[in-house]
Amino acid sequence: MNIPYTVEERPDTGLANGKLGIWLFLASEVMLFGALFSTYIILRIGAVEWPHGELSVRLGMINTFVLIGSSVTMVMAWASLKLHDFAKHRLYLLATFVLSGIFLVNKYFEYADHLARGEGPSHSTFLAIYFTLTGLHGLHIIGGMVVMAYFLGPGARMWKKYPEQFTNRIEYTGLYWHFVDLVWIFLFPVLYLL
Amino acid sequence: MHSDPAAIKKSIRTYLMIGAALFVGTVITVLANQVHLAVPLAITVALIIAAIKGSMVAGVFMHLSHEKRWIYGSLLLTVAFFIVLITIPLLSTLDHIGTPIAVPAAAHAPAGH
Amino acid sequence: MAPRETTMDNATTVGHVAHGHAHDEPHEELGFWRKYIFSLDHKVIGIQYAITGLLFLLFGFCLMMLMRYQLAYPGSPIPLIGGLFSPDKAPGGIMLPEFYNQLGAMHGTIMVFLGVVPLAVGGFGNFVMPLQIGAPDMAFPKLNMLSYWVYFMGGMTMLSSFFVPAGAANSGWTSYPPLSDIATMGQTIWLFGMVFLITSSLLGSVNFIVTIVQLRAKGLSFMRMPFFVWAQLVTAFLLLLAFPPLEAAGVLQLMDRLAGTSFFLPSGLVISGRPLEVAGGGNPLLWQHLFWFLAHPEVYVLVLPAMGIVSEVIANNTRKPLWGYRALVYSVIFLGFMSFVVWAHHMFMTGMGTAMSAFFQTTTMIISIPSVVILTALLLSLWGASIRFTTPMLFALAFLPMFGIGGLTGLPLGLAPPDIHLHDTYYVIAHFHYVVAPGTIFALFAGIYYWFPKATGRKMNDLLGQIHFWGSFICINSVFLPMFIQGLGGMNRRLYDGGMIYTHNAGLLKWNVMIAFAAWGLGLFQIPFIINFFASIKWGTVVDRNPWEATTLEWSAPSPPGHGNFLTEPIVYRGPYEYSVPGAAADFTPQFEPEKA
Repeated sequence: MNIPYTVEERPDTGLANGKLGIWLFLASEVMLFGALFSTYIILRIGAVEWPHGELSVRLGMINTFVLIGSSVTMVMAWASLKLHDFAKHRLYLLATFVLSGIFLVNKYFEYADHLARGEGPSHSTFLAIYFTLTGLHGLHIIGGMVVMAYFLGPGARMWKKYPEQFTNRIEYTGLYWHFVDLVWIFLFPVLYLL
Repeated sequence: MHSDPAAIKKSIRTYLMIGAALFVGTVITVLANQVHLAVPLAITVALIIAAIKGSMVAGVFMHLSHEKRWIYGSLLLTVAFFIVLITIPLLSTLDHIGTPIAVPAAAHAPAGH
Repeated sequence: MAPRETTMDNATTVGHVAHGHAHDEPHEELGFWRKYIFSLDHKVIGIQYAITGLLFLLFGFCLMMLMRYQLAYPGSPIPLIGGLFSPDKAPGGIMLPEFYNQLGAMHGTIMVFLGVVPLAVGGFGNFVMPLQIGAPDMAFPKLNMLSYWVYFMGGMTMLSSFFVPAGAANSGWTSYPPLSDIATMGQTIWLFGMVFLITSSLLGSVNFIVTIVQLRAKGLSFMRMPFFVWAQLVTAFLLLLAFPPLEAAGVLQLMDRLAGTSFFLPSGLVISGRPLEVAGGGNPLLWQHLFWFLAHPEVYVLVLPAMGIVSEVIANNTRKPLWGYRALVYSVIFLGFMSFVVWAHHMFMTGMGTAMSAFFQTTTMIISIPSVVILTALLLSLWGASIRFTTPMLFALAFLPMFGIGGLTGLPLGLAPPDIHLHDTYYVIAHFHYVVAPGTIFALFAGIYYWFPKATGRKMNDLLGQIHFWGSFICINSVFLPMFIQGLGGMNRRLYDGGMIYTHNAGLLKWNVMIAFAAWGLGLFQIPFIINFFASIKWGTVVDRNPWEATTLEWSAPSPPGHGNFLTEPIVYRGPYEYSVPGAAADFTPQFEPEKA
């Protein structure tokens, strides 16, 4: 069965189905992280004292660079497809995947460092919200990596037969990925600096 | 969506420039933190910088600057509710009857956790 | 459930005719599993949601019937089935308070999240909406199938919680900390179940919005959509934006329970004489804010599809256009928006200051306006009408005063001073049950009787329908009307024996006996419905595509519709309720009928 506007845009809305779908999903993600930011605010206001300097600003900053870089490579992966350069696309998508991996490795070092000193989520409200916010964000990174792996692997087959639809799917993946980057752009100063 | 190669190449330049701007913005964020401002001012500055960086990601990387009405509308609605979610519980926490009893939180959980 | 065989079997539908990209499979018969279990067809998925939802409604109802026995005859052994319960639930058939609390928490959870919403949105939304907008299916059929199975897993998770040590969740459907943070294992399972259900809901709401925006047939502008579709659109936005904070809250509570955090545990908390060994610094009200941020829009999720169904049935059975279509549309949009800013009227008793209290009282009073507009428009639609008292119409008509009572009784709850007396009493229970039970559920029954012919090609039996209606109507009012009296007298909710220890309850407890018998009677009157439902699939009067002489698009498809829904491309020529058009040959002019030359 053919569902209309899967690839071509509907004239009056100017949208393909997947484009609207991914943006609506991102809207719900805004509310998800919004609730956690609201939690952070409430807990900090209610706290007698709030820790400072417990997190490695250096590692956080490096990870911010890594994630911004991955956003650049992600949008380049999509742009390459628009220029019909499939090889370049795969290179950029792989770079995005690798950079995400580096982000997670850094996160692992951060977590391991705290846990080794007995500073887990139960240690204080600050660490609780830190682990929860960055943990949920990390899960979103893993989710993105799974999708990227799919498009590097079996999903890439779609390029030969339905290049436009494949390009759209990479665009939607990119939108999700930029959102993950955007969340981190707020997470970093809130948790590491303020 | 523009499929013309020249237009795409121009966009690529923009993407790279924005990427560089984001790197710079990150450095500024960290440097701004070194300056010891009063907490409310520090929060305002940090959030303004983050908002600028965020709008660059959203506007350019996510093509939001030339998106369609349904997307804008849904996002505007979302932003409105996001603001409600951030501010109203906070205001409710600050506006209460009676005086709360202050019990200092344990600096960390007792051993064994 | 095997759809009735029609001559549709070999017909090509619009969806088949236009072979698009990304569709390589040959059009051969699908096997049993792909056709009925893992189907991508919105109609099959809708029926799956509906049947599963109805089963959960029945189960949740049974939990309530157990509770009502305990409240009518506290401490006496449950007759007949008392011996079936394990000693940690009802030793000697006598219900333990712990078991009563499990029944209470799970009754609410199951009815709201596993029963009503899956039926109203997943069932009716999935089956009817694509047909009403002239679409071949939902925008994302695979996502649709996934959202059903994730819902199913959530349901199984919730049910499994009864069988773990110390049983199911027992901190109310509202799961307030600190109690829920330290409650038994069942609460953890409840939280995981909620994660499944919320995920299913999010996937579904994206699908609904994209489908309505993108897949409307030619000529179907937004202001020509049936009100049912508008209701589902607004509902989908409510689910999309309001559920994530509860998902976040669920994660936080799981962290408290499993990782030892103190998101909701304040410092200095002492339990059973011993200080709790946690970091502290948390805030129990944080949970309440995040929970009610979802749970208030959720009650509109419960009612909006019902209003949509009632609108369709009333228009059809009055043979008139709905009164005030534009007012209905603007009201439902405004209602959806306002529903996000009223939530803390559930929290007036938490020590809230006068400023925030005034804010929430104001928004709550404002939100009653669009509700009244909608109800008034539906009432005015009856004026001067030739009413056909079909079974769906009986239920739809009953919805109006029942929702009216439910809505009006909400007003004292939405104002803080009377709420001081009424909060957490049976008055609240009566209020919200009036809106959901003789309100929404009656509307859902109306929908089942109304759209059954479309789904099966057969009509349900009218006599059984009348018995179902009158019996249910009388019993359900007998259940909930006395609860207003009990609540006004100060009888608290969630007490396993009704509150025998309180002298102020002395004259009120006797109502529990009558309520119990009315509840069991209500259960008995569902039997004609269940028999009717299944018997009609096989032996109901055969009908063709438009037995109700209705005007909306779904009635142009065959009954039941085949894969792809429509035989020719649906085109819309006019509004959705062109009944009794002056000069027209029939008393209805369908949306899909071309203009006469």
